[in-house]
Amino acid sequence: MSDVGADLKRYLRSPMMPTVWCPGCGHGNIARAIATALDRLAIDLGQVVILGGIGCSGRTPFYFNTNAMHTTHGRVLAFATGLKLANPRLTLIVAMGDGDALAIGAGHFVHAARRNIDLTVILYNNSIYGMTGGQQAPTTPFSFRSTTSPFGSIEPTFDAVDLALAAGATYVARTTTFDFAEMPELISEAIRHPGFAMVEILSQCPTYFGRLNKLGDAPDMLEYERDHTVVADEEPNQAVEITRQDLVGNLPVGVFRREIRPEYVQQYAELSRGRGGNYGA
Amino acid sequence: MTSWFTDKPQDLRRFRVLTGGQAVAEALRQIDPDVFPVYPITPQTPIIEAFAQCVADGRSHARILTAESEHSAMSAAVGAALAGARAMTATASQGLAYMIEIVYLAASLRAPVVIAVGNRALSGPINIHGDHSDGMLARDSGVVQVYVTTAQEAYDWMVMGVRLAEHGEVLLPVMVGLDGFTLTHSAEPVEILADAAVQEFVGPYAYPYPLLSEVAGTYGAFAMPEHYFEIKRQQIAALERAEAVLPAITRSFAKLCGRQYAPLEGYCMEDAERAMVIMGSQRGTAQEAVDKLRERGQKVGVVTVRLFRPFPRRDLAEQLRAVQAIAVFDRASTPGSFPPLYLDTRAAVRTPRVDSVIYGLGGRDLTPDDIVAVFDRLKRPAVDADPIFYAGSDEIEQER
Ligand SMILES: Cc1ncc(C[n+]2csc(CCOP(=O)(O)OP(=O)(O)O)c2C)c(N)n1
Ligand code: SF4
Ligand SMILES: [Mg+2]
Repeated sequence: MSDVGADLKRYLRSPMMPTVWCPGCGHGNIARAIATALDRLAIDLGQVVILGGIGCSGRTPFYFNTNAMHTTHGRVLAFATGLKLANPRLTLIVAMGDGDALAIGAGHFVHAARRNIDLTVILYNNSIYGMTGGQQAPTTPFSFRSTTSPFGSIEPTFDAVDLALAAGATYVARTTTFDFAEMPELISEAIRHPGFAMVEILSQCPTYFGRLNKLGDAPDMLEYERDHTVVADEEPNQAVEITRQDLVGNLPVGVFRREIRPEYVQQYAELSRGRGGNYGA
Repeated sequence: MTSWFTDKPQDLRRFRVLTGGQAVAEALRQIDPDVFPVYPITPQTPIIEAFAQCVADGRSHARILTAESEHSAMSAAVGAALAGARAMTATASQGLAYMIEIVYLAASLRAPVVIAVGNRALSGPINIHGDHSDGMLARDSGVVQVYVTTAQEAYDWMVMGVRLAEHGEVLLPVMVGLDGFTLTHSAEPVEILADAAVQEFVGPYAYPYPLLSEVAGTYGAFAMPEHYFEIKRQQIAALERAEAVLPAITRSFAKLCGRQYAPLEGYCMEDAERAMVIMGSQRGTAQEAVDKLRERGQKVGVVTVRLFRPFPRRDLAEQLRAVQAIAVFDRASTPGSFPPLYLDTRAAVRTPRVDSVIYGLGGRDLTPDDIVAVFDRLKRPAVDADPIFYAGSDEIEQER
């Protein structure tokens, strides 16, 4: 599907431009992909809420002509859970950094996935805490540098796909900002998915991760992503195997799970109806 | 007191141009704690980045744990301190907010962790600039709180803070607050002591009841109504003792460098009729305003509070004894009541006229003119029984 000619300006809040993102930051690529996905889905923007945690990624809601909620570092999925329960008709897109989702907010991440609440997490994974100046994150690959691990990280990394699968997420995918075509496709699919959907997108932070690890500028980093990912086997179990390979090795990309399971808000509505209530009616 | 600005010292090579954040990192390197668990947040990040570099370069033996949150960072620090290791950390704003559960615990478990706080406004709205609202969250936690006014003081109080925290009569966390950006990110000449002098000053960590000793112990026991109250009272008494043991620590520190600190400091207070009370980096602005008014023959002065917990109420009462009207400047608010420094001051003095001024929230500048206006107001009769002024914002509100 081509986006040539798609007028994405309608989705963006032009008075907020330019963004705070550094030139070449992958978060801008992801924002564009979200706009493209919204365009393809033709959803009423008044029914969409983009939520963000705190971080460069967390700035995403500022830039869209949708409803917006900027929360606190790590807690965005707890806010989102309340929002969705209060108004199940809303479409929730949750922009989270790797620090947001896998460090300080890891607890909320696994529980939102476990409940299979209908929302879409876009996990902007730049392997670092971008906003605070490039400190080590649980996603900083083994031996890679950050400002708090100047001689390289000695910690194993979190694999967001593994974690989401294990916690019970029903749609799990990973792609990269290199893949301009795949990003909007996976995001639209995730938004349509009735349940907890997570799309992890490997994103470049040239300012910190790139500079500290001598990975070059944004274009070099995009190519790095291209060269350090492999297309995963569609078999869900296979995918889990592959992600356990060498810590600094290639990461599998693709869709790792598409599964329909009872969704949390629906379950709640059913329970309410069964007890004579009118929740979700 | 020797400082670059007052008496030009003999040996200029001891002075380095450092930001408050770098000065704290330098103190950390010299103190050389065993464990430093931490999670990054602006404006504390310069501290942890500079210190991480020291550790990576082998200039400190500390183990830095890049924790997954402040809650975990403080928990790890408490665990390490009780096991018998010197543990320190640093945070700010939302990070301190998230840490707060364990800050209370650290005080009650008597874990002498020194915490540097780059004071910053709390969300929301989200803001990264300086104010004291984060520190005030920990006001009642039972930790010692110091608010410094320069990068030099940040360095000095980190070093003294270790002695105070680990003093056998105290054994409590010490929080050293330095205003976000105005102190954490602004550079000034800072005198750095010799490594050996700092090492000797802080001495080895000698926690009296470490978990790793020969004697089995329990931390975190349950306390029912018949014990809880008395345990709390022991904790309260320990915090009060911090004020009593401080002079010996500041005196021995003064022997090292000539800088003699007190819980609070008066400026032009000898014959002052009107005075202001303030904490933190805006002290310089306050002194400038006082100088301006003194030139016009007005008898005004300023008291800067450094030790906020335990609150030096007797010293403050002494400083303000002869004053007729006081304005207390708080860089935090207590919606629905009066702000913290105001309430503490009010409780310490008998002066009938005490005005409350809230300033600088979210990093708003406090200008000498704002202060002059407050002093002018103190000359006139009180408009309201209990007025609160919002310096640098009242004018904007009135224009609305
Ligand atoms: C409780 C708390 N701790 C720390 C911070 C400081 N902080 C803001 S953003 C951030 C990390 C951002 O990293 P990530 O989530 O990966 O997002 P990125 O900026 O890389 O997109 C941190 C530590 C905060 N805002 N709140
Ligand atoms: S610091 Fe990194 S993640 Fe943040 S905007 Fe800049 S490039 Fe992007
Ligand atoms: Mg990140």
